[in-house]
Amino acid sequence: MAEEMRLVLRNLGKIDPLKIDDYLAAGGFNSLKKALGMNKSDLIQEIKDSKLRGRGGAGFNCGSKWNFAAQAQADQKYVICNADEGEPGTYKDRLILENDPHALLEGMAICAHAIGASQGFIYCRGEYPAAAEILKEAIAQAKDKGVLGDFDVEVRLGAGAYVCGEETALIESIEGKPGEPRIKPPFPPVSGLWGKPTIVNNVETFVNIPLILEKGAAWYAAIGSPSYPGTKVLTLSGDVVHKTFFEVPTTTTVREVIYGLGGGLTAGKQLKAVQIGGTSGAFIPADQLDTAIGFDELSAIGAVLGSGAVFVLNESRDLADVTARIAKFFAHESCGKCTPCREGTARMSDILDKINNGQGKAADLALLSRLGRVMSCSSFCGLGQAAPSPLMSALKHFPADYEARLN
Amino acid sequence: MDYQKILADYVEMPGGLIEAFHAIQAELSYLPEEAIIQAAQVFGIPAAQAYGVATFYSMFSVKPRGKFVIRICESAPCHIAGAAKVVAALEKELGINMGGSTPDGLFTLEFTECVGQCQAAPVITINGKPYTDVSPEKISGILEPYRKNI
Ligand SMILES: Cc1cc2nc3c(=O)[nH]c(=O)nc-3n(C[C@H](O)[C@H](O)[C@H](O)COP(=O)(O)O)c2cc1C
Ligand code: SF4
Ligand code: FES
Repeated sequence: MAEEMRLVLRNLGKIDPLKIDDYLAAGGFNSLKKALGMNKSDLIQEIKDSKLRGRGGAGFNCGSKWNFAAQAQADQKYVICNADEGEPGTYKDRLILENDPHALLEGMAICAHAIGASQGFIYCRGEYPAAAEILKEAIAQAKDKGVLGDFDVEVRLGAGAYVCGEETALIESIEGKPGEPRIKPPFPPVSGLWGKPTIVNNVETFVNIPLILEKGAAWYAAIGSPSYPGTKVLTLSGDVVHKTFFEVPTTTTVREVIYGLGGGLTAGKQLKAVQIGGTSGAFIPADQLDTAIGFDELSAIGAVLGSGAVFVLNESRDLADVTARIAKFFAHESCGKCTPCREGTARMSDILDKINNGQGKAADLALLSRLGRVMSCSSFCGLGQAAPSPLMSALKHFPADYEARLN
Repeated sequence: MDYQKILADYVEMPGGLIEAFHAIQAELSYLPEEAIIQAAQVFGIPAAQAYGVATFYSMFSVKPRGKFVIRICESAPCHIAGAAKVVAALEKELGINMGGSTPDGLFTLEFTECVGQCQAAPVITINGKPYTDVSPEKISGILEPYRKNI
């Protein structure tokens, strides 16, 4: 049976997040000390060798990203922690922020040293005011103790915009502007916050860093799936018995997560579908549950690991209803900058409502498929590109839910 | 209200407009036109640009709101857990519709997307404080301390 492996959540429940002495007593900031004594290219090589890939959804190799920023010449560079966590069904970053803020600060400080930055920002979503307060207190304590050296960190609060999780929209928001994504390239490691080289990493990514330095890249690379090593923090919601979080090696299968750790479905019902990676992820039918919760393994079946949210639906759920709600989410969160997404998300939502009201025709299903294809290949940023994915996967695996409502 | 006093804390903060808006809303629950205009002057940007920021983000409101803003999560995990019933119960309890405010200026009802408490859906927040596993039966108990706090 699958077992938990707590690396990212190593200190959860074991230390008082508001007492830096607890973190220090648990060996905290030793990795930063080690990093400060290392040559920058060796440090980046160590992170590369660990094969750590970003936990924010895109899965980019962390060490390679840092290397771009380290190579860039500039008078100022920035380290940003993406704590926007807007993906519905996800709260793993909140768990880290609320329970182990110093591990995040340590990871960010190590990054700052590696790339040559002296200023950091934590962009914390506005929906997490309690986490933001904990972070501010943790920063004050770290400054007091002088553990961060000359690295300065500031918390900035988001204000309720899912798109601000996209790294360039996030940068715009820190600059005090509406969170509309920028054209890429240039990528942030070359030109980011105020045009300076900037590393944006997810909370969970940063928290892996001190551990990699402590135990070594080879140790880390040997855990879980070889192409996406380490663990993933998963948050379970929906029709599952244990609606809670688990941290597992990335070789654990979806079935083990739901029926092992998750305790199976509530009320003895059968599973119909599971959506992994949050509301922008694909729906997976029951016959694909033996897929590992790894980045490439999920991509191979047309799904995504994304944020690690695991949303379980039982046999009584109607995908036409659930995807209509999801379509409304995207219509609401589209920033409006580009036409395929601004118009596409609104039309997708309208057509699904029409189908759910019993007014839909077979031609509407064909239209939805075509609209989805256009949006995924022509939208400006990842929001519009991924928005059709839940619907497309549901239409593919559960067409009967839609056909039953056609007029 | 003396907006300048609040704004003064953020003038030196690059990109501090959003932080300043949060601070004004913490006092007033919304961003009055005059506050947006003054903020634009303080940060040296056109008023239209400051207004663009105020209207881009869903947590900011340019319309007056009640002292306590109740937000109901309608993202998929809360949706299947019965968010619609919570909406109906809140509307009935307060005698207003979603998007509206009570005449006494105490409460406003708004939708929100996921607030990251999906372990115990459905979820509502009141001025940012989450309440989990909400059911219609729990509503009046949750509102009670706020009703007393006028
Ligand atoms: C619409 C959209 C929303 C996103 N939301 C988040 C988010 O909430 N948190 C996050 O870390 N990354 C999010 N990302 C991914 C970021 O753009 C970026 O890839 C990530 O922060 C990089 O960090 P990592 O390499 O550590 O994963 C989002 C991307 C898109 C397109
Ligand atoms: S895809 Fe959507 S969210 Fe992204 S830039 Fe276009 S309109 Fe904005
Ligand atoms: S879906 Fe409602 S709190 Fe996450």
